[in-house]
Amino acid sequence: MTAPAAQRAPTSAPKSDRAFIRIEDVVKTFDGFRAVDQVSLDVAEGEIFCLLGGSGSGKSTLLRMLAGFETPDAGRIEIDGQDMTSVPPWDRPVNMMFQSYALFPHMSVAKNIAYGLKQDGMSRADIEAQVKRMLDLVKLSALGHRKPNQLSGGQRQRVALARALAKKPKALLLDEPLSALDKKLREETQFELMDIQDSLGTTFIVVTHDQEEAMTLGSRIGVMDQGKLVQVDKPRDLYEFPRNRFIADFVGSVNIFEGVVAEDLPDRVTIASDALGGAIHVHHGMSCQEGQTVWVAVRPEKMVLRREAPTGVLGETVGGMAQGVVEDIAYIGGLTHYRVVLPSGQRVRATLANRERHDDAAPTWEETVWISWAGDAGVALTS
Amino acid sequence: MKRGWPLLVGAGIGFALLYVPLAIMVIYSFNASKLASVWGGWSVQWYGELLANDQILTAAWVSLKVAAMAASIGTVFGTLIGYAMTRFGRFRFRLLLSGMATAPIVMPEVVTGLSLLLLFISMEALLGWPAERGIDTIVIAHATFCMAFVAVIVQARLADLDVSVEEAAMDLGARQPRVFFDVTLPALTPALVSGWLLSFTLSLDDLVIASFVSGPGASTLPMVVFSKVRLGVTPEINALATLMIVLVAICVGLAAWRMARAGKG
Amino acid sequence: MTWLWRRGRALVVAAPVLWLGLFFLMPFLVVLRVSFAEAVIARPPFSELLDWADGLLTVTLNLGNYTFLVEDDLYIDAYLNSIRVAFVSTLICLVIAYPMALLIARSKYRNLLLMLVILPFWTSFLLRMYALIGLMSPTGFINSALALAGIGPITMMQTDFAVYAGIVTGYLPLMILPLYSTLEKLDESLLEAAHDLGAKPWKAFLTVTLPLSAPGILAGSLLVFIPAVGEFVIPALLGGPDQLMIGKVLWTEFFNNRDWPLASAVAIAMLALLVAPIMFVRNALGAKE
Repeated sequence: MTAPAAQRAPTSAPKSDRAFIRIEDVVKTFDGFRAVDQVSLDVAEGEIFCLLGGSGSGKSTLLRMLAGFETPDAGRIEIDGQDMTSVPPWDRPVNMMFQSYALFPHMSVAKNIAYGLKQDGMSRADIEAQVKRMLDLVKLSALGHRKPNQLSGGQRQRVALARALAKKPKALLLDEPLSALDKKLREETQFELMDIQDSLGTTFIVVTHDQEEAMTLGSRIGVMDQGKLVQVDKPRDLYEFPRNRFIADFVGSVNIFEGVVAEDLPDRVTIASDALGGAIHVHHGMSCQEGQTVWVAVRPEKMVLRREAPTGVLGETVGGMAQGVVEDIAYIGGLTHYRVVLPSGQRVRATLANRERHDDAAPTWEETVWISWAGDAGVALTS
Repeated sequence: MKRGWPLLVGAGIGFALLYVPLAIMVIYSFNASKLASVWGGWSVQWYGELLANDQILTAAWVSLKVAAMAASIGTVFGTLIGYAMTRFGRFRFRLLLSGMATAPIVMPEVVTGLSLLLLFISMEALLGWPAERGIDTIVIAHATFCMAFVAVIVQARLADLDVSVEEAAMDLGARQPRVFFDVTLPALTPALVSGWLLSFTLSLDDLVIASFVSGPGASTLPMVVFSKVRLGVTPEINALATLMIVLVAICVGLAAWRMARAGKG
Repeated sequence: MTWLWRRGRALVVAAPVLWLGLFFLMPFLVVLRVSFAEAVIARPPFSELLDWADGLLTVTLNLGNYTFLVEDDLYIDAYLNSIRVAFVSTLICLVIAYPMALLIARSKYRNLLLMLVILPFWTSFLLRMYALIGLMSPTGFINSALALAGIGPITMMQTDFAVYAGIVTGYLPLMILPLYSTLEKLDESLLEAAHDLGAKPWKAFLTVTLPLSAPGILAGSLLVFIPAVGEFVIPALLGGPDQLMIGKVLWTEFFNNRDWPLASAVAIAMLALLVAPIMFVRNALGAKE
């Protein structure tokens, strides 16, 4: 199971050990509502850090405090070793890419990009050169004279990116950078964004509600819920070793079986689960007591769905098994989602990859099937 | 971020400009002395004199009648104009109509007043009507500029109103006149109310046009007030203004209260 | 019903076209005609242009009214003075209205504040001007207050200042409302973007808020400027006898001098030199939107 992690230390090592952006015990309250509640976080130089959370989770407020639009009620924000807690936005060495892009509608693309440089009192020639570099970087060299309303959504997004990067900020803050784009464009742009980050080495802090986006972009992800930072991990660790039910359910989809610890052995735990209608075995030790209620999380793609009973040994190669009836099937091309009802009434989701073009043997509606999962596929959660 | 004080100072000057003169007028309406420079103690005698002043009361009644009629005619015609401009697409006289409907707003009052008077005189010479200028002619004159304002308000509201709502009514089997009365008109009601109220106020307020087109028999309230005010400060007028301010404040307050309640519901 | 509606469509257009044609367009033709007449002592006090006598139709066009307008400095001065006064008061209005509109647009109590702006607008314009007399007259509130302090009296009535004060207080709401509606629509993230890119508040105001509120500035300025140019009540009540404004000149020619043809010529000149350019500007701006 997850190692009992220290309260706020990231569980995976960043690219450099130095905490480039340091958020310490930050609290922000709006009209009595704790939007950000005692959040502490270190971000290393050059990483892409994703803040993931639903609406109202506090992720945007945290980002706005980094940009300087909100002042924390308590706590401290440090960027590159300097206290930024009460520095106004115009004096901070970070720039932001807004969700709405916030391009100045009365200025051309080039003027938009030059805006930040002008505030620094840079010479005209230097500004021109930098604007040209930025236009090249985002592949918009031909469109510098256009006004924002003459651009497509994807082009606007790139102008916003170029404008925010033009001042060579120590960190770029991106608020839902891809949410305004359609699905195809979003995927392409994700990779472009990563390429640009890679070539510049700028620290990116991305706020998003889209867990796939967070997984793709982020070198690390921090999940926020109700103002608190619930878990900070690499994408794979977050998915495979969720700390609690909220994380398991929020990141990807999951089957959760409630049960009671029946036997606690050094190499495995046996859990009696009425929901499954049988015993569940989880490998590795976990700190628990007999009789304690726990939840076992199993990802749909780790479910095996067959007509015949599984052949492995329960507790060794098989973590859990049960018989149920196929209630619903959703064919979505590459994958097929099954929903199986167990006698206890619990519904189980199983995802099967469609490897064959014709699969007449696949289980169909109303059929009785076995679901099972491997001995190391389940994760036991105590909260 | 707080960037308060220059804004607050500026806004303070503005609100002072709007309210200090009114406040002083209200206070002086209770001044026992006839002289503005002398404070003679509190008194309500000017209210008594106001209510005993037949000339002012008659004029107020004329003004209210004129305003109600002009606002009503203006609202009906303004609605027609607004509806035609937003829902009829291209039609004959469109440009003429839109030009004529917006021009009264930018027309100097003295020009409108003079030209209407000359028209009425010519019509009288040619057709024998209007035989006498008075309430009728003022109503016509006021209704003409009122409809321009109502047309603007209605047009704005109809442009915001989703055409697909009307299309849905048609799709569900309603024919054109039904659609207008069942769907368009209810959605338009707030615009019509504010258009009518604006027209009513503008008509009640007008001095210049009424002075041109009215006859000897019919003096509106602004005409009487103007003739009195020209001669200097008259305390009854302070009382009149105070009553008007109180009335308007009550109406606006009531409207705001209803709006706030509708907003919560 | 459908038949009726089809007729109704024509009626919907015809009714306002006829009304406005008769009571808005026609009057100007009459004014145009009278402006070419001669003032006579009669009822109505102007000559006929057409004379049908002995089988002969004579048309007498009297251009004298127009040449008189050009020859007598009074009219040109009044015209220029009206434009100057209207322009200056529009500027003052703008300077006062802008912070108010900005404050209201950013305030939590915007509905209350808007109501406070609109409220004086619903009370009588004439009475508000009268209130200014009470404030500014030699025995008015300000001078009484100054007298207590041993200063004054200051002459305010019958000066340019009084006229400006009248126009500004009278038309301030008309400037605030369009400004407010553009400022209220202004996306706040644009300002944040400007701050984020290093612009301090006043710089962000100059480079973002101000240019983006240009449509509101223009709309508000037109709403104040147009009625101010032709204003009669304010110069008549607050201005001095030598305060020449074109609206007052027309009024005087008509009511006091009973020179209807000359008043008509002034009206036609106002149409050509004020209304036509304003309509042109408005349309040009409207087309750009």
